[in-house]
Amino acid sequence: MLTHFDKKLLNVIQTKLPLESRPFARVAELLNVDEKTVLERLNYLKEQGYIRRFGAFFDSAYLGYVSTLAAAKVRTEKVADVAKAINAYPGVTHNYEREGEYNLWFTLLTPNQAEQDRILESIRILEGVEGLLSLPAIEKYKVSVEFNL
Amino acid sequence: MLDCLDKKIIAVLQGDFPLVAEPYAVLAARIGISEQELLDRLNKYRQSGQLRKMGAVLKHREVGYAANALCAWIVPESRLPEAGRLMSGFRAVTHCYARIPQANWPYNFYTMLHAHTREECRALAAELAQTAGLDRYILLFSTREWKKTSMSYFPEYVQGE
Repeated sequence: MLTHFDKKLLNVIQTKLPLESRPFARVAELLNVDEKTVLERLNYLKEQGYIRRFGAFFDSAYLGYVSTLAAAKVRTEKVADVAKAINAYPGVTHNYEREGEYNLWFTLLTPNQAEQDRILESIRILEGVEGLLSLPAIEKYKVSVEFNL
Repeated sequence: MLDCLDKKIIAVLQGDFPLVAEPYAVLAARIGISEQELLDRLNKYRQSGQLRKMGAVLKHREVGYAANALCAWIVPESRLPEAGRLMSGFRAVTHCYARIPQANWPYNFYTMLHAHTREECRALAAELAQTAGLDRYILLFSTREWKKTSMSYFPEYVQGE
């Protein structure tokens, strides 16, 4: 169970870790505790699986990567096999089974368009795949995965 | 343009972030530069928009947000910027994009919704629809997570480590 302090700490730590030599001391100041308490608790929360990833999050487009959201229509009995084949590509960062006609939705990041085309083509011909959509973004309005605890 | 050192920094920062008093000093040592040089570069990336965030991403199921739905909308092209602005204002909307539709798939606008329950997701979508004056949408609830990971950018720059 998350304590009241854990929730406050997670709320702060989701938004902005300062880019300075002792960032956790600054976080501790905000929460009126000492640096050691913040670090101990963060290590605990990470070990317990509350934190998916800690660190730097880069914008793929600004780094020159090409991205798309793709959706595959997969025969039910083949979903597990197709999902595993899709997951094998390192540029696939999210892959979710969803309700609806198109039942596997994944994101694909590649260094260039040719690589994206090649990977999508190889997925399109997998056994059990009956349709594949690629929905590249034309405008990004928001990416901010933060939860208020 | 990113130089070789930029790519190495970005690649190393995809790895484990040390939860210690002086994390940037540890990372700088891994890269082979000074702490100050690393902080200067990170500040530069933040200003240019390349560094979107420094901090934690939580496992949403573990912290109580068990339901997530991709909500796909049909929005008239002229109203895309307005819909983007209005829906981005909702905290429960974590991702909001306009996308190119396809012949057999007319949805051109996507919002990712996170809530505690499916009912909350449905209520939220209805509220978004009312706020933006849009009524053509579908909710695609997730039933299984097959993969969720972070991208490893420029992996060739950390080979051998």
